[in-house]
Amino acid sequence: MLSIFKKPRFRGGVHAEEHKTETAALPIADNFPLPKKLYIPLQQHVGKPAEPLIMVGEKVLKGQLLAYSQGLISAPVHAPSSGIIVDVNDYPAPHPSALPIRMIVLETDGKDEWVKTQIVDDPFQLNPEEISLRVGAAGIVGLGGATFPTAVKLNMGRENHVDTLIINGSECEPYLCCDDRLMQERAGEIIDGVRLMLHGMTNSPGANLHLPEGCRTGRYDMNTEHAVVAIEDNKPLAFLAMQAAAEPYAQVKVIQIPTRYPMGWDRQLIRYVTGKEVPVGCRSSEIGVTIHNVGTAYAVHKAIRLGQPLLSRVVTVAGGAVKRPMNVEVPFGTLISELFDFCEVDKEQTARIVMGGPMMGDSLPHTALPTVKATSGILALTQSELKNTDEQPCIRCAGCVSVCPAGLRPLDMANNIRINQLDAAVDLGLKDCISCGCCSYICPSNIPLVQYFKYASGEVIARQQAQHKSEQTKRLIDARNARMERIAQQQREDELAWKAAKAERERLKAEQEALV
Amino acid sequence: MMLHMKPSSGAHVGANNSVSHIMWQVMLAISPATVFGLLCFGWPALNLFVITVLSAVVFEAFCLRLKGRVAKPVIMDGSAVLTGWLLAMTLPPWAPWWIGVVGSGLAIILGKQVYGGLGQNLFNPAMLARVALLISFPIEMTTWANVSPLFFSHSPGLIESWHITFSGLDNIDASTGATTLGFIKTEFSQNRLLTDILKDTSGFLNFIGGTRGSLGETSTLLLGLGGVWLIRQNVIQWQIPVSLLLTVALLAGIFHGMDSEHYAGPLLHLNSGALMCVAFFIATDYVTSPNTPTGQLVFGAGCGLLIFVIRTWGAYPEGAGFAVLLMNSATPLIDHYIKPRIYGRDRKGKPLEIPKS
Repeated sequence: MLSIFKKPRFRGGVHAEEHKTETAALPIADNFPLPKKLYIPLQQHVGKPAEPLIMVGEKVLKGQLLAYSQGLISAPVHAPSSGIIVDVNDYPAPHPSALPIRMIVLETDGKDEWVKTQIVDDPFQLNPEEISLRVGAAGIVGLGGATFPTAVKLNMGRENHVDTLIINGSECEPYLCCDDRLMQERAGEIIDGVRLMLHGMTNSPGANLHLPEGCRTGRYDMNTEHAVVAIEDNKPLAFLAMQAAAEPYAQVKVIQIPTRYPMGWDRQLIRYVTGKEVPVGCRSSEIGVTIHNVGTAYAVHKAIRLGQPLLSRVVTVAGGAVKRPMNVEVPFGTLISELFDFCEVDKEQTARIVMGGPMMGDSLPHTALPTVKATSGILALTQSELKNTDEQPCIRCAGCVSVCPAGLRPLDMANNIRINQLDAAVDLGLKDCISCGCCSYICPSNIPLVQYFKYASGEVIARQQAQHKSEQTKRLIDARNARMERIAQQQREDELAWKAAKAERERLKAEQEALV
Repeated sequence: MMLHMKPSSGAHVGANNSVSHIMWQVMLAISPATVFGLLCFGWPALNLFVITVLSAVVFEAFCLRLKGRVAKPVIMDGSAVLTGWLLAMTLPPWAPWWIGVVGSGLAIILGKQVYGGLGQNLFNPAMLARVALLISFPIEMTTWANVSPLFFSHSPGLIESWHITFSGLDNIDASTGATTLGFIKTEFSQNRLLTDILKDTSGFLNFIGGTRGSLGETSTLLLGLGGVWLIRQNVIQWQIPVSLLLTVALLAGIFHGMDSEHYAGPLLHLNSGALMCVAFFIATDYVTSPNTPTGQLVFGAGCGLLIFVIRTWGAYPEGAGFAVLLMNSATPLIDHYIKPRIYGRDRKGKPLEIPKS
């Protein structure tokens, strides 16, 4: 009875039609033919793009470092197969704009020849810092879609006192089931990755020495004690597999969570599992929680146990236009067109190509774009699957208010954006919008609310930049005016001094003449 | 493979609902009560109903043409039909044809289109029209026909019904009377006591709907069933109806408990007048009610309070229309003050503090 009065652990959200059963029953396909050419973007993560260290024409082996990470938040890029580098240039990015970004083009030789890998006998003997370093060097980023460099998160886990590591196995987006299959087929490896992450977040004496005295919040005796793997209850097989794999380890707990989108939103899941709410503007590690995706845990296992960097991932190819929907492991840089050929996508029927899930994914303008670390799925949706775009006036049904997991009022925000009152929209919480798409999904008037919010966010940033620029220009003009004034003043003073000197000279001359 | 499409952000899929779907579901929910009302009050009621709905559609089309818009797709969303329908339900069943036409004109033009059309209006169009009619034409709006079911011998036939609708009632006293609430009001002014007043009134008939009253408002049972179905269908939320009905019942209970001879009891309040219709179908109008659950509770309670106050101490026997309009005007205020808490922020919008562990 008391539980009714407690804070709700889950707010808003929708239950979208899942479309998962067909693909979730099939094993991950590993017979995808190695593409002739791989287009590997230098930026597949949040942060600075990697910097290439190979030359065009150079022969590389599978797993060889192609580009190193720059700066604190960045990730390196490795060769997904062996072959020859044929180009380092700008190619269309897997982004709705398809604007060109820097990519390395690798012509594969078909041998798939590995570079020499480092194998550790007992990784639990390694220093936690060493785990972080290796994870960072393997180019591992958050594979749930956020692509935040994992090593940075592990470091933050050591620097703060993190008591819970949450492993996100919710996979709440419809259609996608790559994590589901991964958990069913490679549960042991994932649990091993989880344990390695726990080890990587252990504080050793001296772990925080690089930080100033007052900031060493983490303590040697307070370690991350346990990990919770949270799996939505629409994936019973994955849950059983993971539970069996986690059985021997007391510190890893596997739990089931209700199926509701967006359960996989990190902050939502943190509140559901721990009851804690992450304050706006804080990282979850500041309240003692870190969250990683199951795919990331698997990548950590491969990087530490086998020394293999992140070269490929499981991608769900699904949608009404796909004849053979499946989960398939593909090397990064594979063009979507090749993936579609393999899965027999009906081009006539495809009305929209979406990278990621149908709720938050981006629509792509064409298929000559590579798959990257963030590509959890590629959907070829038919017209009948898409949301109707026939926009009607808002009837204030407040469906968007009730489904918003962030507690916003999308209808009021959209109304303000429509009349260009962006400041009012920001006051209403525009910056707290996570673009989960629940409001657009539920809207009976088919108003593209998320589109409004993304536009407004971009516009707010652009306006701030423009304002910053005009302020900068004004400052420069003021500085120039001051400088000019100073120069003129100097000139006047020089002239006066010169005149004085001349007068002095003439006086001296006159005196001398008088003396003579 | 090039698609040449406009880039769009998520969600790429959508829930299977639309504005017209919502409107049709509401119509489906009010149809049992409407059909029952038409059966009870016969052909004149049917005439009035058809006239009101049709003129609502015509006025909507006229306004859209003035705006230079194509009328058909907007008409098809069903909102004009629903407005006309709801208005017809609240009219006296044998009212003359021009009451329906003027009412629809007021509802569609003054109640909705002058604000900018669907979703823009501050007041509920049907209630605005009803209240305006009640104030402007008090006689026509308070002439309540006796229950005279269709196909009964003493009920007006088809030809006679046209006469009633288009040239007015000849023998008013023989075929009309007062509603329960109106009767109580007039009798109270004669200093009679409640038990005495109500000795001929059947609570059961009030519940089923076989009494004098507005065209579609008499049957508490059918309106309640329709409303509960709408809540089950997730078209409306429970907050407004529950808080409205509870407030009225609670207030009536308290006053009836204190003085049972001068204050009507909760059951009588719930079973009479426009209460059920308003609670489930008028006050829950999306456009004119608050959009947070707490705000809706406040809104419903406010409506209930005003209804009880007007019924008990006001000059009118029924106050539902006034109450809804008054609370409609408070909706922007309620929405301004009662809003959901944003994740990671406190109620004032400041970021939460990091808990000290």
